[in-house]
Amino acid sequence: MEPFTHVTGVLAPLDRANVDTDQIIPKQFLKRIERSGFGPFLFYDWRRAGNFILDRPAYRGAAVLVTGANFGCGSSREHAAWSLLDAGFRAVIAPSFGDIFKSNSFRSGLLPVELPAPEVAELNRLATEEPGMEITVDLGSQRIRAGGFETAFAIDPFYRECLLNGWDEVALTLRQDGAIARYESTRPAWLPISR
Amino acid sequence: MKTMAEKIWEQHVVVAGDGEPDLLYVDLHLVHEVTSPQAFESLRLANRRVRRPDLTVATMDHDVPTRGGRLAADEIAERQMSALESNCRREGIALYGIGHARQGIVHVIGPELGLTQPGLLIVCGDSHTSTHGAFGALAFGIGTSEVEHVLATQCLRQRRPKTMAVTVDGALPLGVTAKDVALGIIARIGVDGGRGHVIEYRGSTIRALSMEGRMTVCNMTIEGGARAGMVAPDETTVTYLKGRPYAPADAQWDAAIAHWKALATDADAPFDQEVVIDATRLEPYVTWGTNPGQSVPVSGSVPNPVTETDERALAYMALEPGTAMEAIAVDRVFIGSCTNARLEDLRLAASVVRGHSVHPKVRAMVVPGSASVKRLAEAEGLDAVFRQAGFEWRDAGCSMCLGMNPDILGPGERCASTSNRNFEGRQGSGGRTHLVSPPMAAAAAIAGHLVDVREFGKN
Ligand code: SF4
Repeated sequence: MEPFTHVTGVLAPLDRANVDTDQIIPKQFLKRIERSGFGPFLFYDWRRAGNFILDRPAYRGAAVLVTGANFGCGSSREHAAWSLLDAGFRAVIAPSFGDIFKSNSFRSGLLPVELPAPEVAELNRLATEEPGMEITVDLGSQRIRAGGFETAFAIDPFYRECLLNGWDEVALTLRQDGAIARYESTRPAWLPISR
Repeated sequence: MKTMAEKIWEQHVVVAGDGEPDLLYVDLHLVHEVTSPQAFESLRLANRRVRRPDLTVATMDHDVPTRGGRLAADEIAERQMSALESNCRREGIALYGIGHARQGIVHVIGPELGLTQPGLLIVCGDSHTSTHGAFGALAFGIGTSEVEHVLATQCLRQRRPKTMAVTVDGALPLGVTAKDVALGIIARIGVDGGRGHVIEYRGSTIRALSMEGRMTVCNMTIEGGARAGMVAPDETTVTYLKGRPYAPADAQWDAAIAHWKALATDADAPFDQEVVIDATRLEPYVTWGTNPGQSVPVSGSVPNPVTETDERALAYMALEPGTAMEAIAVDRVFIGSCTNARLEDLRLAASVVRGHSVHPKVRAMVVPGSASVKRLAEAEGLDAVFRQAGFEWRDAGCSMCLGMNPDILGPGERCASTSNRNFEGRQGSGGRTHLVSPPMAAAAAIAGHLVDVREFGKN
């Protein structure tokens, strides 16, 4: 994974709560067996319906999305995080995220930032009233700056380190091989084996 | 004093996190064709192998055709299925592929095979992995990067979730099923009420449910925002598991049971949140909106929108506030999915269908959850009941639950569905889904509109 230190870019607003991963990337695009190439299908049905806010010229190439509570609920498809990344987003700001989406985002290099609802509302207002305004999300200092708006954010320290360093989580765990083997030797005999 | 979730968690800690997430050992890793190809590919690129193929099981379910066999699959679905086959062959993973006598939806076949057992830590690249919690397992959905991590290490790094007790007490009124319990719980806690929590379902109503019913309730846990839901193992669990192909046998059976019995939450163990629901007040529920929390009793009507989300949902569903739910006509009926396509569900639906015909304007289908369910249903003549009434009787798979195969709703088509998600476009772009129980779906197919199964057939 590429290290993630900070992102500066256009802030795009999607003021909706409970955006599920079926909306982020509809199922007809899950048949690819690669991790890339999902960007064109991001929010496919909403875009096709026309007049979709993220299609306005001012938000083209946006790098940060500000959106409503429980973003990314529903299906576990990591394709949701991949499609946001592929479309150029590096961070998503919301009052809360679906549990699996949040975990998928950390692991695929998309930064999920949780802020209190009034701050999210303020960012949403800024992005709407000043289309094309830039925002900086700095993971190192855990701060966000957008015009006159500035705030700090909290984040899981483990995933912060992983992102900052671009660590491969599998490689980290493989270093624990001894502990895993010791654990395996204590597993009871009645546990199921699949063959 | 510990909850069941905490006990199982602690039994699986390989390395305690000390500020970092804990490293947990995975007893059973279920794999399917849609969320695994990228994981296997990354593994291969990094020159890594699957650590425990013997603790991994794969099935094809999400995009398999439900008639015409494999030949009917489109080109890209075929590519995903062959990718799974070659990945399983290379790594020595047991695969229940299309055409296998025990193929089926991953959350249906795990329990059927007896692989799903109390006390296990079970993961799958699928959010409805919560289903397996019905056995007192800690089971949750993971993303593809986590699938790769489990393939390579048989472990997963996780922060310990909070705990929530949902206690449902009392006898279920006639016509009210486990599906209505699930929808009633979500209506109460909201679609994100369980976020960050493991839910333990307790109380006399849950105890009285069959394993099938418990699976339906645990299945829908993710729709309330929680990654895992569980029920303490009891005699019902033990009876279900006894004699299944992968259940413990002989001397190991007793050792296993002793372990299972000790899993139950200690008396007075504290939960972070508690919710109590009176089952005697539950009714058959129908969703009117585009998330599973937007439901009303079938005797009710489309509510006035309160939030912008409600307004969007009503516009998408093309519904007017104040319309009686029973006045809503349907074009399609889908009885299937990992929520409601087990033998008990099909029996319940068939008991409503018997002696009736599907309404001429409705296209209705039954998709068994697994090839085994299909065989058992046919052995007791359920297929004949459905077929004679005009239902299509299909092969096992996820089918129109998510419409990754040809079984989809057309734009604007309205469907009464026993699945778990009424999201926009879930069953097909522009399609409109009303979530209901199997008997309610069967009754809607016959009446041609949503109808209260308790009143249905009275006149
Ligand atoms: S039946 Fe539906 S919910 Fe269940 S695993 Fe298949 S697609 Fe997912």
